[in-house]
Amino acid sequence: MAIVDSSRELEQPEHKPIGWDGKRLRAMLEESEQLFARTGRYYGLEELELQRRDPIRYEKIFSHLRGGLVSARETALNISASPIVKEIGELSFMLYTPEGDSIALSTGIIVHVHTASDAIKFMIRNDYEDNPGIAPRDIFCNNDASIGDVHNADVLTMVPIFWQDEIIGWAGGVTHEIDIGAKTPGSVPVGPISRYEDGIDIPARKIGANDTLFRDHIEAGLRGTRTPMYWTLDERTRIAGCHMVRDAVERVILEEGIDAYKQFIREVIEEGRRTFRNRLLEMTVPGRYRAVAFTDVPFAQESQLPSYARVDTLMHAPTELRITREGLLEFDYEGSSGWGYHSMNCTPSAMQGAIWVLLTQTLICNDKVNDGAQLGTRGNFPPGTWTNHSNPAASTGIAWYFLIPSFTGLIKGLSRSLQARGFVEEVLAPYPFTANVFQGGGIDQYGRQSATTNFGLSSVGGGAKMVLDGLDHAAAMWNPEGDMGDLEMWELIEPFLYLGQRVKANAGCGRHRGGAGYETLRFAWKTPFYEIQNIDNGLSHSTSGLWGGYPSPTGYRHNVRGTNMLELIAAGEEYPTHDGDPEHSNVERLITGQRDFDQHTTTLPELMTHGDLYVCVYHGGHGLGDPIERRPQAVQDDLNGGYVLPRLAETVYQVAAAQDEHGGWQVDAEQTELRRAKFRQLRRERAVPVREWMAAERERILAHARGEGQFIAPVQVMYAQSMRLSDRWARQYREFWDLPADFDYPVPTPTVDLTKTILAAAQEV
Amino acid sequence: MRVDKSMLSDLIDERLPRDTVRAIQSSFKDPARFDTYIELLQERVTWTDRIILPFGEHLYVVVKPDGRRIVKCDCGHEFCEVEQNWKLEALINVRDTEEQLLEVFPRMMQGDPRWSQIREYLCPGCMTQLEVEAVPPGYPVVHDFVPDIDGFYQEWLRRPVPTAS
Repeated sequence: MAIVDSSRELEQPEHKPIGWDGKRLRAMLEESEQLFARTGRYYGLEELELQRRDPIRYEKIFSHLRGGLVSARETALNISASPIVKEIGELSFMLYTPEGDSIALSTGIIVHVHTASDAIKFMIRNDYEDNPGIAPRDIFCNNDASIGDVHNADVLTMVPIFWQDEIIGWAGGVTHEIDIGAKTPGSVPVGPISRYEDGIDIPARKIGANDTLFRDHIEAGLRGTRTPMYWTLDERTRIAGCHMVRDAVERVILEEGIDAYKQFIREVIEEGRRTFRNRLLEMTVPGRYRAVAFTDVPFAQESQLPSYARVDTLMHAPTELRITREGLLEFDYEGSSGWGYHSMNCTPSAMQGAIWVLLTQTLICNDKVNDGAQLGTRGNFPPGTWTNHSNPAASTGIAWYFLIPSFTGLIKGLSRSLQARGFVEEVLAPYPFTANVFQGGGIDQYGRQSATTNFGLSSVGGGAKMVLDGLDHAAAMWNPEGDMGDLEMWELIEPFLYLGQRVKANAGCGRHRGGAGYETLRFAWKTPFYEIQNIDNGLSHSTSGLWGGYPSPTGYRHNVRGTNMLELIAAGEEYPTHDGDPEHSNVERLITGQRDFDQHTTTLPELMTHGDLYVCVYHGGHGLGDPIERRPQAVQDDLNGGYVLPRLAETVYQVAAAQDEHGGWQVDAEQTELRRAKFRQLRRERAVPVREWMAAERERILAHARGEGQFIAPVQVMYAQSMRLSDRWARQYREFWDLPADFDYPVPTPTVDLTKTILAAAQEV
Repeated sequence: MRVDKSMLSDLIDERLPRDTVRAIQSSFKDPARFDTYIELLQERVTWTDRIILPFGEHLYVVVKPDGRRIVKCDCGHEFCEVEQNWKLEALINVRDTEEQLLEVFPRMMQGDPRWSQIREYLCPGCMTQLEVEAVPPGYPVVHDFVPDIDGFYQEWLRRPVPTAS
């Protein structure tokens, strides 16, 4: 009897707090936040005393920590077998304070520096110190975007670091999985319409102790994805890297002492905040900057979806960037359209992560990159919008789908500011969406079940610069080290051969053109079935170029099933290695079969089998400046390099070009000048005053109130969602067009209605 | 890295070797850059109004003798006061048919005009294409940039906003 009573003891034994000086961790976090709220300085620091007294020692500590992080990444990635991690480098390691503020980070996918911070703070606020407990050699994991992540495929591992009996920080690591076990294959699944279909879900969970993973966690991983080997090795990659970071911290403490380390981690974050503010003051101009981005989700034809999700959607991201006189950077997404029954929704953690990754490539490309910069920003991501779905059931499987285009507004705003300040070498037109996404799963060439997300997408064209053209096929906004990987590696894991890969003439035109994208032609090989999808914007341009530059062309779909490829090969006849100009498509010219050749560019997975063909087009970057100011010689180089179609060299760049006897293009500079002068006259003849055009446009808008409007349903719903979610945006919209105070588009917005119910219920609680 | 007026001029005109451009990009920023840039721009325009802020390619904020701050094109055309949206005073060409979109995009890659139209904003003086928007029909004209000129000069540069004289 006594034994039973003992085993059911209600009073848990008391644990000594793990924070500093006998404090609980939660108390440390609250104290840190209160000090910042009161003083505007990290931990209320007025003076960076260690840095002032001994700057060499201070920098040495930072270098050792930073070196430990980079070394952890470069070493640990060799454990992984996934080409996304091993070849592309889609991982990073981070070091945090006990409260979860980042101190330093490695290179890599640094969007997650702040998402892991959110996850650590979630655990602290929810008293993980008591249950499940935070102890030396524990291992924690999170991939829940509502806690701190972008989407499930980005898996975060966090290891607390102790010195004696105090927690002195956290090591964090992230990898991007190749498949996450979602409703449809891959790492950015388009199939889910609720979070219950997003795949493996680990909401900030303790997954190991004594430096050893729990057996039940290992089993869940093995059973949870279509690619258990990659999952398992990626997890070991993250843990090994975190342990290397922990070792690096312990070495620093042994050399410098625990007191110096504690002082250093406070000062270096405050230094990060001050540095960021100084960069704003040095390089920008205070003011208000606006930009807008869109993307299409064309699901009305997707018969696999339930009726409420089978709709075409246009997503809307009005971005207001404010640089205040005080040196704060504010992001405001007021007026964004609503979340939807698709997997392209976001959480604030994801949005803040994107801010982070872009700032490190623009304003804070210095060495002390940490959460200090985050303290210098403010974000408004209104509940119920796609930026902050606030719906426990909403999917974020491919949150990147609109997160990427939506942050082009940040690039535009900063570029206007940098130019106004004279830093022309830093000015960029927007980057494009990193797409097409070649993604799917089925039976591979070895007869095994498999899945893939091909990361050739991490090398799209960069935005045009003010002093140069954009970077050709080598950029991704979410990873500062663009790398498409090796084709041979992708061919090993995907049952699709590469028939060819070459530059695509899809750079956005401008005085400087965007970087060109590229295309690959994939040939389904020895697979009985593989469901594969296209993911891109094909109906809408996500944004424009800068200062007269055009956006890059949209994506398109060109897949052929039941082809004559095998017959062509058997007969030794010509077969395509690329699609080229879709107006004179090589694939269409040479290949027969059941053809999808259209602008329906985001689809659910559709089956392909041995012998089928898939054209994969990666975007070009957007242009900068008036195209008719492009140097004729540069257009000639574009023509000879395949960066622009001859037809568009004439109609956009207005050059006089002709081919010589060898097929090389020659541009006549004098004739070009004459042609351009005439073109300016043509512009004058066909243009109208903006206010005149606005009067006619206003009538088109007002017609909707009478039930006579012509805008297609997704456009009307987009406006209605934005107006119903934001009184401010609705007022601005009506004021701009001088519409009646009660003007609205006469369409239902069921997700907005649900949002209002959810938010009202949350308020009651 | 100190970038003097001559080097800045070469940078803008693309006469610098790539490694020099790279060095300028990677170096610490020159605190004098704003003044150097303004001076260079002022030399390059044909009119005498004082430039107080560069405002994108071809556009400037200038101060007039009566103190008004005006958005002005380098051809001399004056749009409006800086707090207003200069685009509303521009000329516009809207591409909202497939045929018009195909003049500037490859076929199949032009988008769908029901979802997305291209608006070209032109200077009435020189017919330069100053901005392009890609938005659905019915979208308000975007007001890209409203600088806080007083805050910039007085609080950041710690000097008065220049006057016309």
